[in-house]
Amino acid sequence: MKTLYAILVLCGAVALLPAFVSSGVVLNLVIMTLYATLLGQAWNILAGFGGQYSFGHAAFFGTGAYASAALQVHFGVNAWLCLPFAIVCGAAVGALVGALSFRYGLRGSYFALVTLAFAEVFRILANSVKFTGGGVGLLVPLKSSALDFQFQGKAGFLYVILALTLAGFLLSWWLKHSRYGAWLTAVRDNEDSAAALGVDAFRVKLQAIVISAGLMAAGGAFYVQYFQYIDPHLAYGPAVSVEALLGPIVGGLGTVFGPLLGAAALKLLGELTRNLMGDAPGVSLMIYGAVLIAMVTFLPRGIGGLFQRLAAKAP
Amino acid sequence: MLQARHVSISFGGLKAVDDASLAVPAGSITSLIGPNGAGKSTLFGILSGFLEPDAGSVSFLGQEVTGLAPHRICRLGMTRTFQLAQPFAGQTVRENIAVGSHLHRAQRKAALAHAESIALRVGLSGRLDRPARDLTIAGRKRLELARALATEPKLLLLDEVLAGLNPQEVSEMSPVIRSIRDGGVTVLMIEHVMQAVMNLSEHTWVLNNGQLIAEGKPADVTRDPRVIEAYLGRGAAERLRTSGNEAHA
Amino acid sequence: MLELSILFPSILNGLTTGAVYALIALGLTLIYGVLHIINFAHGALLMIALYGVFFLNAKLGLDPYAALPVMVPGMFALGYALQRFVIGRASHGKDENILLATLGLTLVLENFALYAWRSDTRTIETPYTFSTVDVAGAMISTPKVVAFFGALAATAILLAFIARSDLGRAIRAVARERQGAKLVGIDVEHVFAMSFGIGLACLGAAACFLLPAYYVNPQVGNGFVLIAFTIVVLGGMGSFAGALLGGFIIGVVESVGGLWLGESLGQIGIFVIFIAILLFRPQGIFGART
Ligand SMILES: Nc1ncnc2c1ncn2[C@@H]1O[C@H](COP(=O)(O)OP(=O)(O)OP(=O)(O)O)[C@@H](O)[C@H]1O
Ligand SMILES: [Mg+2]
Repeated sequence: MKTLYAILVLCGAVALLPAFVSSGVVLNLVIMTLYATLLGQAWNILAGFGGQYSFGHAAFFGTGAYASAALQVHFGVNAWLCLPFAIVCGAAVGALVGALSFRYGLRGSYFALVTLAFAEVFRILANSVKFTGGGVGLLVPLKSSALDFQFQGKAGFLYVILALTLAGFLLSWWLKHSRYGAWLTAVRDNEDSAAALGVDAFRVKLQAIVISAGLMAAGGAFYVQYFQYIDPHLAYGPAVSVEALLGPIVGGLGTVFGPLLGAAALKLLGELTRNLMGDAPGVSLMIYGAVLIAMVTFLPRGIGGLFQRLAAKAP
Repeated sequence: MLQARHVSISFGGLKAVDDASLAVPAGSITSLIGPNGAGKSTLFGILSGFLEPDAGSVSFLGQEVTGLAPHRICRLGMTRTFQLAQPFAGQTVRENIAVGSHLHRAQRKAALAHAESIALRVGLSGRLDRPARDLTIAGRKRLELARALATEPKLLLLDEVLAGLNPQEVSEMSPVIRSIRDGGVTVLMIEHVMQAVMNLSEHTWVLNNGQLIAEGKPADVTRDPRVIEAYLGRGAAERLRTSGNEAHA
Repeated sequence: MLELSILFPSILNGLTTGAVYALIALGLTLIYGVLHIINFAHGALLMIALYGVFFLNAKLGLDPYAALPVMVPGMFALGYALQRFVIGRASHGKDENILLATLGLTLVLENFALYAWRSDTRTIETPYTFSTVDVAGAMISTPKVVAFFGALAATAILLAFIARSDLGRAIRAVARERQGAKLVGIDVEHVFAMSFGIGLACLGAAACFLLPAYYVNPQVGNGFVLIAFTIVVLGGMGSFAGALLGGFIIGVVESVGGLWLGESLGQIGIFVIFIAILLFRPQGIFGART
């Protein structure tokens, strides 16, 4: 219950932000942090709670992004209606990848590589097909109206991404407090033991990847509205997959607040290096890579785990 | 209650289980014994759906379960434990047991409460909120038993839950197993600790080189020359008999 | 139907690329076979090697083939150090951690290259860059022919080394039975690092053969990672012969597939092969089902 209150207070506080802050730069930073949190939450559901490390979450993100963009560009569908459609498409791709991988017992590194290969297949397809605009990508028509999921200022986008991350928070909280979550973590910790206790591991993992992919696709649909543009590299390139996994690993795998903690820490680090070293290409990703190695080596339970350990030591 | 008919399985060239048939009557504590590598755990794997036999069939409560997935067999009321106890390391003892409790309880609260009552039965009450990875071997064996018990099975398959325990711990666990049976759960146990087999089980099966070589009351079976030879090697029964006679004389 | 006059050179080209692929995959499969880890940074490390060859040529005027005695030991030393001081410390007993750590390494290397050398695609000019060799009527570029034979020679040397030398014996022992090797007094950590080093030395050699007919930019490794993995799973993880054969198959599939479907769609064939093999025949097409 405490966690639930913390989530609500936090989201309430962020919701009040536009009333006090009008700086576009600050609001953009908050939006991008929440956006990274959302991607992290999606990845965390499958990897942190379910133990299945994907290297290709871009496959779901990009599908969400393209589903929404293509519907708007080719059929003039309202962008709000595109959002649920994008989520369904992403979840369907998740179901496909999951059904194949889990049916044939792929685990660990092999699962990671197969998801990456799927993302690459989608990237090449998006690059070669007319429907997705090929290598040029798709530009979402400018409407600038809240009714079309496009806003004049940043505040509107802030509320949308806040609502999506809130959904991510609630899902994560639910995993901590439900039978399904107990089954998922049991499968993560030991699949055979879980099966012996009556847990249908295949089904549980499949559901996890569907939920995770749906959330990721929502992130993709948001991206399209916020930047009004998508191309194969942005949608299906490895950068998105890396962004999704980095946050939870830094913040704490399989925890409710890990993705937020990680996203915030990485954004802070990113801003810091930008101030110190300027906008030189590659610097921030280089540092992210080093952070990833350092976290895995020295803090496998993330910053959140570090806090917990310190709190446990304190009298 | 449980019946295996002519089941066989081989790994590569090795016949790990060879035309084995066995039956477990409802309400009993039945044991399965045999030397190391006899194929006991492999047979358990077949009974519980983790391994598919090359030949033969298994039925449980009159229903054919050969080749059924493990979780389905568990849902029918047969739950196994593993010889190498593997707790869900990241979770507390209570959470571990609750995974089993959830089989018949959708609510988290109800499952956690049920887990607590199960912990009481197997003597884990004091360690409910400890991380499972911190448990000793004896603690892990108890947890393995508790998780399985939490699924409220009709038949429990216990793979060496007493192995690795000291005599003190064995004598603590024996009444627990008996009370489980008295609570209406049929038990089939693999065991090396002979004293426990004698104490607990009414009927025992002996497996050697994948084949069932004897069955009967534990006291009778352990006098069976074939069984003694299986354990101690060819000619051992003869030697034992003569030396035993001398000792008794 | 494709004309033989187009198909034949395309197959030859595929074979030359395949030989270099095989060499790259050999390094990967050696590391996997011995350490049981997947080196996701293999492509990025190849990129570093390619830059090494490029700068030796651009700054010192060293011919790429003459760079072999520098690049092979250089990459070996880099690999030894990486395994000893970075990758070996990250695992905590979970193979996902290695994958994440080598992903981190990939990010560091790629973006370091981007930062230090910019995103420009670079090539080198040698006297033989544009010369060709007539192979049964098909004109194949000389660097590709050299790459073919060079990669084969390097492979042969590696295989002989693994089969004959003391270190090779230790490597095979560790690959087969880690605990046993430890018991008979083999320094397993050292063998791990040596294997990783040799795996990267393959990349050093591959880079020398590759660059005259190829290019380098910070992202160049990306394309090679999944190709190398595909070859390795195709041939069976840890199998040398499989990697060799797999390299040729993938080289030809890519080249001929590109003829049919165009450059970018041709790549899909490789990924589809990769996914299909992992799903349906994880032991590889040549391995026995265990
Ligand atoms: N998955 C497997 N692959 C190959 N061989 C196996 C496999 N599982 C078991 N075996 C072999 O089958 C034989 C029987 O093993 P099993 O574990 O069933 O014996 P056990 O009776 O339980 O012995 P223990 O008392 O030591 O537990 C052994 O020789 C073992 O090595
Ligand atoms: Mg056993």
